[in-house]
Amino acid sequence: MQIQLEVENDILMARIIGEIDLAVADGMKDLVDERLKKGKFRGLVLDLGGVSFIDSSGLGFILGRYNKITSQGGKMYIVRPRPSISRILEMSGIKRLIPIYASENELPKE
Amino acid sequence: MSSEIKNLIKIEFPSRPENISFARTCAAAFAAQLDCTLEEIEEVKLVISEAISNSIIHGYDNQPDGVIILEMKLLPEKKIELMIEDYGCGIADVNQAMEPRYSSIVNRMGLGFVFMKSFTEDLQVTSEVDRGTKVRMIKTFLPISKENDL
Repeated sequence: MQIQLEVENDILMARIIGEIDLAVADGMKDLVDERLKKGKFRGLVLDLGGVSFIDSSGLGFILGRYNKITSQGGKMYIVRPRPSISRILEMSGIKRLIPIYASENELPKE
Repeated sequence: MSSEIKNLIKIEFPSRPENISFARTCAAAFAAQLDCTLEEIEEVKLVISEAISNSIIHGYDNQPDGVIILEMKLLPEKKIELMIEDYGCGIADVNQAMEPRYSSIVNRMGLGFVFMKSFTEDLQVTSEVDRGTKVRMIKTFLPISKENDL
């Protein structure tokens, strides 16, 4: 699993590649939370384009980051999930909480 | 091996999170013996991941020296039986544990059994406190349309 963090216009973008399960979820949480602590962000974007598998540990990672960024007044978005990942996000109810876009270009401008 | 069982794989591994990926890859390869869709393979991977994660987190409280057994049987009529067993702390109230959104641990979503119920048939959980837990699932693969075959 790889995670790449980028900041642009006070938005933290986390690009994730690989499989998200119990073995990696805690490490990802620590990386993202550490970065969120270092600044004031108005949004967190998870790019799941490179994610080939997710289970409830991965969903817990997503929900935890949602709770964190929204408690700081920010918003969270998910972009580019594959159909198999999108299906799990829908079943978990995460789709009702977090807006999901097929590409970065569709993200709200403000 | 009973004549009803067309193939059987049994693996035993320590309760380390890094073994979950190995186990679900094995399960995917085992399921791929059947003519099934990628979506069905993804479902097998997910239920295996959930059951083994439960054993590690709840059964063994994240201790890496527990024993987990994964047994997979290929049955007639495009069915496979998946069995995940641990010798951990067990579940005091199985019915409560299987309720959607129930988790004994903060920040867990309580979706493991929801996915197992959704993607398999005949989910059976037997557990005894301080003895361990056994999860047994049957997955039936649907016939694939042959319309496009030459």
